[in-house]
Amino acid sequence: MSTAVPAIRFSSIGQVFRTGSGTLEALRGIDMTVGRHEFVAVLGPSGCGKSTLLRLTSGLIRPTSGTVEVFGHPVSEPRDDIGIVFQKPTLLPWATVEDNIVFPARHKTGRVGGDDREKGRVLIARVGLQGFGKQLPAELSGGMQQRVGIARALFMNPDILLMDEPFSALDALTREEMGFELLRIWEAQPKTVMFITHSIGEAVLLADRVLVMSERPGHIVENLRIELPRPRGIDTSNNKAMHDYVGYLRGLLLKRAA
Amino acid sequence: MTMSDTSEASSLSVRPERSETRRQVMARAIRAPGVLPAATFVLILLVWEASCRVFAIPSFILPAPTRVLGGFGAVDTARWLEHVWATLRVAMTGYFLSIAISLPLSIMLSRSEILSRAIYPILVVIQATPVVAIAPVIIVALGSGDLPRVVITCLITFFPLVVSTTTGLMATPPELIELSRSLRAPVFREITQIRLPYAVPYLFSALKISITLAIIGAVVAEFVAAEKGLGYYIQFSTSMFQVQQAWAGLIVLVLLSLILFQIVTAIQRFWFPWSLPGDRT
Repeated sequence: MSTAVPAIRFSSIGQVFRTGSGTLEALRGIDMTVGRHEFVAVLGPSGCGKSTLLRLTSGLIRPTSGTVEVFGHPVSEPRDDIGIVFQKPTLLPWATVEDNIVFPARHKTGRVGGDDREKGRVLIARVGLQGFGKQLPAELSGGMQQRVGIARALFMNPDILLMDEPFSALDALTREEMGFELLRIWEAQPKTVMFITHSIGEAVLLADRVLVMSERPGHIVENLRIELPRPRGIDTSNNKAMHDYVGYLRGLLLKRAA
Repeated sequence: MTMSDTSEASSLSVRPERSETRRQVMARAIRAPGVLPAATFVLILLVWEASCRVFAIPSFILPAPTRVLGGFGAVDTARWLEHVWATLRVAMTGYFLSIAISLPLSIMLSRSEILSRAIYPILVVIQATPVVAIAPVIIVALGSGDLPRVVITCLITFFPLVVSTTTGLMATPPELIELSRSLRAPVFREITQIRLPYAVPYLFSALKISITLAIIGAVVAEFVAAEKGLGYYIQFSTSMFQVQQAWAGLIVLVLLSLILFQIVTAIQRFWFPWSLPGDRT
């Protein structure tokens, strides 16, 4: 075991939300770590608290019990060294692609400098949107909008990228294409990625490790290392080992659902 | 070639050997934009004119369109402009004052649930009070001059503005608020860069409603006490049984309302085209 400080560490995390009609236990006894530049997918049924993991990591909410650490430091407030990609692109409809990508700078500091613009242009190229910088989000397809969402999350050059079912609103083909795009971006500039999904295939194809969560109250029931060679691509989808992983995880999830 | 191909080709190209029947030409002319409403309007005017003549309706009950036209000549252009300006001045002052009050109020309401619970019922009470009924009370309290009329206009316009803008401020996607919080941006930038722009479509639907309400408010105020203005002119004319003049005043009011409404629409189209539903080019 490496002695390096993990990028993300959850120690006996419990999360209880107060609702209108009482309390709701979202997470129970979560212990996990994500190594630096590791790509971890979190898989589980809807409403099992997967998104809560992301919001705990980013410091948007505090755990009811236990501690969350990022690079060895307890998370006590929102962190701006973490990029978040949401399920929907949620871009600003009045701002161009370029303005949406540099929005974190404008929003945090109130101004966008020339170097921010330059960074924005580099990111536009990196997510494959050359020539679309001046377009409005409504003029783009869903996949392209989510590329803008990824570029915006990368803008602050975060060490950690949190992705909350980022491709689930896309059609199957675009979804697969975006998965490979993400791997390409990630391999060109490694980041620690926590990727929430309910697609087994997507989790296996993308991740170094898949965490499987149970239904509410969510806890981790499986921690599976995916030993598929990188770089992964269309060939990986046809790999025998990939099918074994998918089969095993599907069995696990279906057994739990039964 | 499929069925849809042939039908599309015949409607797109004009072929001399299969010239359109007269019926087809008529059908196409009717479908041109503006033709149907214009035709309906002319028809109504004709029926109106004919009824007045055939049934010899006295003009103090219903003046014929030609008599209404004559009503425009009862006062000269300078006097018309005076009336229009008096109404427009009150309506616009009230409208802009209303915007100036309702924007900050909406921001406060959207930020504080306690404030919202404290103030919202009062807003509903104000809205539930018929403006026509409260107008005389306000005029008595605030005396003559523009002030009471502006207040009345404000009262009638600001409720839709506050409710709609507050809804818009609250309708911002929660993800963007999370993004804002994760960037640890100051609250005023969350409001100016995310919430307010997101409220723009809501704001404009209220601005469109309120601009016509502003004219109503100004007219109601003029009914109660005024010595100028289109509302005053209409009331004065009816009291003298010069109904055709009242109709002329009414038509000017409608035109004024329509023009103002179109100006608001044009402002949205020009500066906020993205906020128009289904109008994304």
